[in-house]
Amino acid sequence: MVSANQEFNYNSKIEGEVIVSKASAVVNWIRTHSMWPMPMGLACCAIELMAAGASRFDISRFGMEVMRFSPRQSDVMIVAGTVTYKMAPAVRRIYDQMADPKWVVAMGACASSGGMYRSYAVLQGVDQILPVDVYISGCPPRPEALLDAMMKLQDKVRKEPAVGNLLRT
Amino acid sequence: MAIADLLPEVSARFPEITERESLDWLAINVPASILVAVMTYLRDEQGFDLLTDISGVDWDKDTPRFSSVYHLLSTGKHTYLRVVTDCEGDDESPRVPSLVSVWPAANWHEREAFDMFGIRFEGHPDLRRILMWDDYPYFPLRKEFPLAGIETELPDPEVAEETGVGVKAAPMAGGPFVAPQESHMSRREPRARDESWNEGREKPQHQ
Repeated sequence: MVSANQEFNYNSKIEGEVIVSKASAVVNWIRTHSMWPMPMGLACCAIELMAAGASRFDISRFGMEVMRFSPRQSDVMIVAGTVTYKMAPAVRRIYDQMADPKWVVAMGACASSGGMYRSYAVLQGVDQILPVDVYISGCPPRPEALLDAMMKLQDKVRKEPAVGNLLRT
Repeated sequence: MAIADLLPEVSARFPEITERESLDWLAINVPASILVAVMTYLRDEQGFDLLTDISGVDWDKDTPRFSSVYHLLSTGKHTYLRVVTDCEGDDESPRVPSLVSVWPAANWHEREAFDMFGIRFEGHPDLRRILMWDDYPYFPLRKEFPLAGIETELPDPEVAEETGVGVKAAPMAGGPFVAPQESHMSRREPRARDESWNEGREKPQHQ
């Protein structure tokens, strides 16, 4: 027999102020919606990164507007620009200073692969020194591409086993 | 005073100076031994008060191999003057007097020329590398240095140990990120056409 009540939404009058969910889903929900980026702006990609933070593209729609220039308070490092060999150790040190959990986005051709700089001075891809989660193509990428990458990163974070990481000592 | 009158006046004062072929501004050759005296004279008596650039030239097989090029600007007369000095010393450690005592602006320019060409500016107060890191063993703009680079250590040994990464030659002819060159032009990666020598092919020796 089909029930007359077709309402499947959360109803606080019936269920009280309790939501049953998986701890991992709750933790990941929190993480995905307040990702504080560490803007590792090294070249022209950083200008597009700033555009993504400005009013027209407005990265705060996804909870990522809090650009923290301190690695201690940031979750995701956006490597925006050309990583030279001289800068590479500094990038790695800043990544090491970030608190777990942390993610890395390689923004643009230079950060992903060295880009057009096939030269003695440029690290051929920041993935040699950092575990990159999302790569963005483009030289430089449009702000929409950055937003798309950040949403891809959110999808990735949603699927991570967050509780296992929490309980790990 | 017009720029045309400058050369006779300067060479009357310093007979060692010769005119140098140039497509735009007046250019002169100055021996390194009198460089500082000539530059001081040009600054104080000819009004060339701004040093806009210092660069180096590697003439490869010629002797002397390295030259140092100075671009002077007179903000009063609105003319440029190019001064070229052949370096003294052997090909491995060319030397030229520093001009930091004449124009403080020479400081970083000379550091850059030292960094890229290995030209020692004698009398420079702080001749360190400015673009590459301090321990870098090569001079990248010398003719024998390949564009792709030469394998060496990362500037930070701790990070190098942690990541296992060193400075490697960049992939010019192959490698994971290099697009093939034979497909349609819109699909190709733009890069230098001249692949006569790179990390995969030896540099042809001059006969």
